[in-house]
Amino acid sequence: MDKIRPAFEPGGKLHAFRSVYDGMDTFLFTPRETSRSGVHIHDSMDSKRTMIIVIVALLPCLLFGMYNTGYQHWLATGATVFPFWELLGYGFLAILPTLVVAYAVGLGIEFVVAQWRNEEIQEGFLVTGILIPMICPVETPLWMIAVATAFSVIFVKEVFGGTGYNIFNVALVTRAFLFFAYPAQMSGDKVFVSSGSILGLGGNATADALTCATPLGQVATSGATNAAQVQAAITDAAGDPVSLWHMFLGLIPGSFGETSTLCILIGAVILLATGIASWRIILSAFAGAAVMSLIAAWGATPTYPAAYLSVGEQLCLGGFAFAAVFMAPDPVTSCRTNVGKYIYGFLVGVVAIIIRVYNNGYPEGAMLSVLLMNALAPLIDYCVVEANVRRRMKRAKAAE
Amino acid sequence: MSIAIKVKKGLDIRISGAIAPGAQVPAAVTPSATIAITPEDFTGIIPKTEVHEGDAVKAGQPLFHSKADEALKVVSPVAGSVKAVVRGERRKIERFIVEVEPDGDAVSFDTADALTKPEAARALLLASGLWAMMRQRPYDIVPAAGAVARDIFVTGFDSAPLAWNRDSYTPDQLRQLEAGVKLLSLLTSGKVYLSRRSASVLPDIQGAEMVNVTGPHPASNAGTIIAAIRPVNKGETVFCLEIDTLLRIGALALTGKTDGTTIVAVTGSEVAQPQLVKAYIGSEIAPLIKDNIDADGRHHRIISGNVLTGVKVAADSYLRLPYRQITVIPEGDDVDEFMGWASFSPKKQSTSPSFPGHFSHKAFSPDARLLGGRRAMIMSGQYDKVFPMDILPEYLIKAILSKDIDRMEQLGIYEVAPEDFALAEYVDTSKLELQKIVREGLDYLRKELS
Repeated sequence: MDKIRPAFEPGGKLHAFRSVYDGMDTFLFTPRETSRSGVHIHDSMDSKRTMIIVIVALLPCLLFGMYNTGYQHWLATGATVFPFWELLGYGFLAILPTLVVAYAVGLGIEFVVAQWRNEEIQEGFLVTGILIPMICPVETPLWMIAVATAFSVIFVKEVFGGTGYNIFNVALVTRAFLFFAYPAQMSGDKVFVSSGSILGLGGNATADALTCATPLGQVATSGATNAAQVQAAITDAAGDPVSLWHMFLGLIPGSFGETSTLCILIGAVILLATGIASWRIILSAFAGAAVMSLIAAWGATPTYPAAYLSVGEQLCLGGFAFAAVFMAPDPVTSCRTNVGKYIYGFLVGVVAIIIRVYNNGYPEGAMLSVLLMNALAPLIDYCVVEANVRRRMKRAKAAE
Repeated sequence: MSIAIKVKKGLDIRISGAIAPGAQVPAAVTPSATIAITPEDFTGIIPKTEVHEGDAVKAGQPLFHSKADEALKVVSPVAGSVKAVVRGERRKIERFIVEVEPDGDAVSFDTADALTKPEAARALLLASGLWAMMRQRPYDIVPAAGAVARDIFVTGFDSAPLAWNRDSYTPDQLRQLEAGVKLLSLLTSGKVYLSRRSASVLPDIQGAEMVNVTGPHPASNAGTIIAAIRPVNKGETVFCLEIDTLLRIGALALTGKTDGTTIVAVTGSEVAQPQLVKAYIGSEIAPLIKDNIDADGRHHRIISGNVLTGVKVAADSYLRLPYRQITVIPEGDDVDEFMGWASFSPKKQSTSPSFPGHFSHKAFSPDARLLGGRRAMIMSGQYDKVFPMDILPEYLIKAILSKDIDRMEQLGIYEVAPEDFALAEYVDTSKLELQKIVREGLDYLRKELS
């Protein structure tokens, strides 16, 4: 890298790609820059490793998502045997274009902005780019992914100053943008299961496949009046009932990466063991959702069939677990104070269940809940900071 | 009676090259042809020179005084002649270099009323240069000559990486400490606090409120004990000093002479044989580390002080305040590390459990690289883990960066010094220069409010 450096210096013929060069150089080699002021030694942890660990934590969900995409497709075609590698291969081919498009658009914009600002390209989008395909239905058209990614990278991140300055979670805004801009394509019972065959893998979905909607979608439209009917309403693509164990494993229709609570928990363990995600937020998010589920179940009426779901089902279904582990603890958009983190996490859980249960229009509330709490996080922090300020003022007054 | 403080938030960074326990303090001073006093070390003082090149000076004779207070002097620690007054940009005085004349004359100070009359005590400290060795909160500067302290805090040990601490005090030293405390107590209507690790090292000193501190660094920082005992409110001033300064004050009060020598711990992974040396204050670095640096062909970083708060100095340069420690570590600008962010090398030191080294109990040999790129403040709660005061460090830093004076006051800027942010700067994954930010914030505040 050192050999080709001069071409990228000001005046060099490749100067227009300076940010790219810097980005690649610091990616491949630890920067040689040594401290000029302050402490002479630094912790080995840096922002790159932080982001990469999040990606590693996402891998179980990604791999399972591939398998599940294939599994759902095979179910929809009426298959009775499920060849593991073919399923995985099918899912891989199904997600690959989305992944490529999300990274190409997002990183493209980051490169341009970094060059324009004369900065080194930063690693913030690495995580966002993998999150976007994972929280979208597998059948989302690629051009929509491209438009939504461009929108959120530019208007949610770059206009605020780039990585570390955004108010809302970039990946979630992408999802929300798709959800509100193209509602017809983003919900309903067709998009969550891939129907066509890809490169000869898989077949075409049988015409009489009953439903391919997500369990929460099924519940919302079931008109069930008690817990037993809600249970009966949840069926897989072949029309068979789905057990809680299946929901936990994630063999259900849903957005690509968020169906498997098991894989999400593996990711959570990685994030918590390395201290990257805040256990305060994750724990209190699950607590908040559990408490709200109990309240909803206690006051359940036929108007809101989702209220009949058990706590376990509420936590395993939909995007809640994924949001609680990978979205809510995003350090940039969540609360920064420790007390604030408890409040923030708890409310993420509560609001997610409220939206899911009491708003039949949106069968899933986790996305909106986290975005809402992103907006409220500074307010929560403000209250916590004010408490600290008041303590200090009181002390100063007592001393006078 | 003593106060017990248990520091829970903090970090002991294990680095190789420590002084072996029980190391002996040599009796002879390591010779140094010249010594230098750097006015920049005396934060808050704008120097006005009292000597010219070629002037003969006695030990204890002023080299310069504060432009704001003529009485506030900084003195030459040795007798000799002024070799140079080095000026930099805009004629700013960078250092006073004095050629050492061993066993030359020393100034005899009048100590008659110093242990009984507050004004005499104050005048003695101001004239002898020992006042300039103290710092005050707020602002972490040398206190003004007329400043009145609410309390005085003496830090009796050093918990910074590789710092050396005495394991006992001689009866002479205990007498000096007692005299020093007696003198200081004349300067405050409050108390003189003296922190220590345990009573077996430093027994109770008459007149001082002893503070037993346990826990990791920054246990020794004045800010830590002030925050735990009685935080500084707006409008209050406290003085802080180290036990070495207290010993010098005591010695001065008892003998009328200033002690121009110091014990320096030569430490760090690039030092062949970590050892204690006796040196002049402001001594040349070279004789102190002569023949004691690893000849491994690497670039070295010589730090006057510890790795957290010390100053990078050239090999042909001089010892800087607080004149107690030299640390030599690899510079690291000669290292090509391929994909360091993905490394699982046990040699990498980190507070993150994602590095195997996190679980190791051995000492590391870190170099001076940032080990990452500078970023915006991304992770939250990192600073809190190593910041033992009731202050929200992230918010205070942000208030400083936005130059919001009201907010800085509300968030406790008067209670902190740059050194309190050293550990936060070490752990920061965004590699922000926190100490520099705090220093600039304090200077800005002082300028705006004066």
